[in-house]
Amino acid sequence: MTMLKEGRPTAPQAVAEAGTATATGNRALMLEEALIFEIGSTATTGVDFAEAPKVASRLGNLVRTDAIGLPGLSEQETVRHYTRLSRQNYAIDLGLFPLGSCTMKHNPRLNEKVARMPGFADLHPLAPQSTVQGALAVIHELAQWLVTLTGMHSVAMSPKAGAHGELCGLLAIRAALEARGDARSVILVPESAHGTNPATAAFCGYKVEDIPATPDGRVDLEALKARLGADVAAVMITNPNTCGLFERDMKTISDAVHAAGAFVYCDGANFNAIVGRVRPGDLGVDAMHINLHKTFSTPHGGGGPGSGPVVLSEALAPFAPLPFVERRGDAFVLVEEETAEEHHGQTFGRMVAFHGQMGMFTRALTYILSHGADGLRQVASDAVLNANYILRSLDDVLDAPFGGSGPCMHEALFSDKGLAEGFTTLDIAKGLIDEGFHPMTMYFPLVVHGAMLVEPTETESKAALDQFIMALRNLAERAKAGDEALKGAPYFAPRRRLDETLAARKPVLTWTEPALAQAAE
Amino acid sequence: MRYLPLTDTDRQEMLSVIGATSIDDLFVDVPAEARLSDKIAGLPDHVSELAVERHMAALARKNLSAGEAPFFLGAGAYRHHVPASVDHLIQRGEFLTAYTPYQPEIAQGTLQVLFEFQTQVARLLGCDVANASMYDGSTACWEAIGMARRITRRGKAILSSGLHPHYVSVANTMAKFTGDALVHQAPTLDAATDIDALIAGIDQDTSCVVVQYPDILGRIDDLTPLAEAAHAAGALLVAVVTEPVALGAIKAPGHMGADIVVGEGQSIGVGLQFGGPYLGLFGCKQKYVRQMPGRLCGETVDAAGKRGFVLTLSTREQHIRREKATSNICTNSGLCALAFSIHMTLLGEKGLRELAGLNHALACQAADRLAQVPGVKLLNDSFFNEFTLVLSKDARDVVRNLADKGVLGGVSLGRLFPDAPEIGHGLVVAVTETVTSEDIEAFAKALEEELA
Repeated sequence: MTMLKEGRPTAPQAVAEAGTATATGNRALMLEEALIFEIGSTATTGVDFAEAPKVASRLGNLVRTDAIGLPGLSEQETVRHYTRLSRQNYAIDLGLFPLGSCTMKHNPRLNEKVARMPGFADLHPLAPQSTVQGALAVIHELAQWLVTLTGMHSVAMSPKAGAHGELCGLLAIRAALEARGDARSVILVPESAHGTNPATAAFCGYKVEDIPATPDGRVDLEALKARLGADVAAVMITNPNTCGLFERDMKTISDAVHAAGAFVYCDGANFNAIVGRVRPGDLGVDAMHINLHKTFSTPHGGGGPGSGPVVLSEALAPFAPLPFVERRGDAFVLVEEETAEEHHGQTFGRMVAFHGQMGMFTRALTYILSHGADGLRQVASDAVLNANYILRSLDDVLDAPFGGSGPCMHEALFSDKGLAEGFTTLDIAKGLIDEGFHPMTMYFPLVVHGAMLVEPTETESKAALDQFIMALRNLAERAKAGDEALKGAPYFAPRRRLDETLAARKPVLTWTEPALAQAAE
Repeated sequence: MRYLPLTDTDRQEMLSVIGATSIDDLFVDVPAEARLSDKIAGLPDHVSELAVERHMAALARKNLSAGEAPFFLGAGAYRHHVPASVDHLIQRGEFLTAYTPYQPEIAQGTLQVLFEFQTQVARLLGCDVANASMYDGSTACWEAIGMARRITRRGKAILSSGLHPHYVSVANTMAKFTGDALVHQAPTLDAATDIDALIAGIDQDTSCVVVQYPDILGRIDDLTPLAEAAHAAGALLVAVVTEPVALGAIKAPGHMGADIVVGEGQSIGVGLQFGGPYLGLFGCKQKYVRQMPGRLCGETVDAAGKRGFVLTLSTREQHIRREKATSNICTNSGLCALAFSIHMTLLGEKGLRELAGLNHALACQAADRLAQVPGVKLLNDSFFNEFTLVLSKDARDVVRNLADKGVLGGVSLGRLFPDAPEIGHGLVVAVTETVTSEDIEAFAKALEEELA
C-alpha cells in the first residue's frame, strides 16, 4: 500500500480493506464478549457482606456441599460484560423498530423514574393494607382510565401479559357459561389471529375452529353467522386485525354472537390504533386484554415483562379473578380470598400469586397522565397516519394485498409478490438490518404469502419515516432486480445469519465445560 | 404531548401523500356510530412531566415502604439488597427497549444473557436445563403441573400442604378448566413437613407431587424419599422454590430427584415491586425438554462460523404450533431475567454462599430472640431464612397493630389461609441481610407489647 507523506494510504480502496482482521476479533467499538462461564470464577465476587454472626445451623442434614458452578465477576467486569452485550442489541432507543403487532414505541424515562420510587418499588405485596394505600390508589386510578377508554364495565388487573389476559377472558366466559348451565365446546378464531388465541382456547379445554377471511382481509361475516350455534362459546377477534384493518362488521358480528348465546373476546394487542377514537364497549365486546407494554408504552425489555389487564362487560364482570381493588369511601381495599365471599361469590379464582404487574401499572399510569384524553386520541391518530404514509409511499414497489380496499389502521401490510425468483421476505428483512433498522414482522399474518407487517407507531418523526421508506424502497428494488448480494445480508451486524436448524437439531441450552462437552460426544 | 414528534405541517404533508384530507378519513372503516368525534369526556388532558411526577410522588408517599420500617415479610416475596449496578445495567436502552429476540443477528446481547441465565438457573436448581423465564413462580408452578400431565398422561396432582396458598389457588383455577384433579389440604402447625403423608397419598393415577422447599412455614426437609416414592409409582416430583437464595445454603431439589423444579426468582435482582413483575424459574431433566413451556435459547453458529445464540425448539410454542402448543405463553419476564442474571454474576458462587449464610445466621438470631417474647413459640426445628411463630392470639390482628406502630412484622397465616382458622395464630417471619439487630429488637419489643 502506498502512503502519503503523513502516513495515510493514498487509495480509498486500500483504506477500506486494510486491517480487516484483528487479533482479538474485536472491531474498535464492537467488542466480542465471552460467556461469564469462560471469564468468571466461582471464587470471584463483586459484592461484599457484613460477617455473619456465629450461630448453630438449623439446616439439618441439608447443607449444600456440591460445587454449584456459578461464576462471579468483579463489579467492573460485570458492568463491562453487560455493557458490551447490550451493544449487540437493536432497540427502540437506537432507531425505528417497525415490528407489526408489537407496537414498539418510545419508552419515556419518566415512567422508569416513577416506577423506581421507593414508595412503589420497595413495597411487599402482602404488606398490611393500611400501609399500601397509595399503591392501591394507583391500581384503582389506572383501572378507571382503562374502563373509561374502552367503554367497558370493569377490569381485571392481575393478568401478567397479553396471553395471560386472553386466558383471563376465556376463563370468565367459561365461568359465565357454566353459571347458566350452558356447556359449550367450540371457540371460533379467524385465520389471521395471533398464535396465542388458539393456544389459549385449547388450554381452556375448547375445540378451536378457524373462521375464513374475505378477500379484503376481514372476518367473513356470512361464514361466521353460518357457523354460530349452541356449541360455540365465544369468538376471538383481533380488532384492528393483524392485517392492519378495522373489522367494519364488528358490531354486527357481536350482535350475531350474542344472539347465539356466545361471547365476544377481542384481542386488544392493537388497541394503540384506536385509543381515544373508538371504544370497544360500543362494538359489543365482552372481554378484551390490553397490552400495557404496547399501547401504554411500558418497555418490552427484550421479551417482557408485559402486563395484560382485561376489560370486561357487565355480563362477565361477576366472574373476574381475585384479587381486585375496590374504593370504599376514602380508602382502597384489596379484595382477596380472605374477604371475597361477601362481595364476589362468582369469581373464577386467582390467576397469579399477587396482584399483577405493579411495576407496569405505575409506568402505564404515568404515560397515560402525560398524554391525557387529548393526547391519547392523538396517539391513535398519528399511529394511523404514520402507517398510511408508509403504505402509500411504498405500494408502488411492494405488493400491498389489501391496499386497494382503503386506508390501513396502525400497520401497513405488504407481501413478497413481485420479488425476483428465489428472493424472499427474509432477504428484505435481513437487508433492513444492514440499513440500520429493525426488520418488520415477517411471515405474519399467515393469510398473506411472505407477509411483511410494518408498524411504525406514533412516536416516529417524519424524517425517521422518510429514511425508513427510502431504505425499504431500495431493498424492494434490489429484491425485484435479483441482486444476489441481498441473500447474504446482514453483513454489518454483530453476527451473520444464524443456523437455526442446527440449534433445534442438536439443542445446546446450557453451557458445559469444553472438556465435559467433548467427553459427552 | 411531548412524546409525539409530528408537527401539524408534517401531518398535512403526509395526508397529501396519502390522498386524504383529514385524519378522520383514515378511520372511515370504523362504523359512524362507533366513531368518537372528540376526545373522551370526563378524563383530564395532557400535563407536563413535572405535574405527572408530582402526582405520582404524592401517591408513592402514601405508602410505608419496606426500607422505612423494621421489615420481616416473606411468604413468597423477599427483600434483598440489590447492588446499584444491576439497576443501572438493566436501564441500558439496548436491553430495556429491545423486543423479544426474533432477529438474532441484532439481538445477541439479549440472547447471550438468556443462555447464561438458563445455565445459572439450571445449576442453582440442580436441573439439566432451564428455560428463559415464566411470568412468576405461581404460573410456573401450574405450568409444571400441566407438563407432568402431558408426560405421564395422568390427571391427578398431589399438592403439599406446605405449598404457598396462592400457588394452590392458581393451580385450582386452572384445574377447573384443564380437568386435573388436585389433592390438597391446609397445613397444620407442626414442626415436621407433610412428606410422609404425601408419600402415602401417591397412587397409580398420580401425575406429580408438588412440594415447596423451603415450604410456606419455612420448614425444610430432604426430598429424596418423596422423589423415590413418586418415581416408583410412575409419577414426577415437582419442587417449588420461592426463595432461591436458599439454594446457596441447602441442597438443590434437582439433586434430590425432583424432575421439574420451578421457582420465583424475584429474590435475586428484581426487588419487591408490590408483587410484580416477578420472574418465573423453570428447570427440568433433559429428557423432558420438549415438553417444557416457554422460550428457550440455544447455541448455534452463524454463516461465518462464529458462535451465536437463537431462540430454539419453538415448535413447542404458540406462534408456530398454535392450538397444539405446550403453553400459550408469549411475552415472559426477559428484563427480570436479566436483572437476576446480573445480580447472580455479581454474587458468583462465593457471594451467593455468603449471602445465604448471612440470611440464615440472622434468621437464627431473630428466631431465638422472638421466641423469648412471652406468648410466642417457634414452630420450626429447621429453616433457612423464614420461620413460623405461634402466637398467643390471632396473628392477623397482631400484624395490623404492629403496622400501626411502624413495624412490618411478618405475614399472618390467617391472611394466607382464611379457610383454616385453626392455624390463625401462626405468623410467618422472614429475615434477610437487610434486617439489622436493631430491627430485630424493635420487632421483639413491639411484639411483647402487643401480646402483653
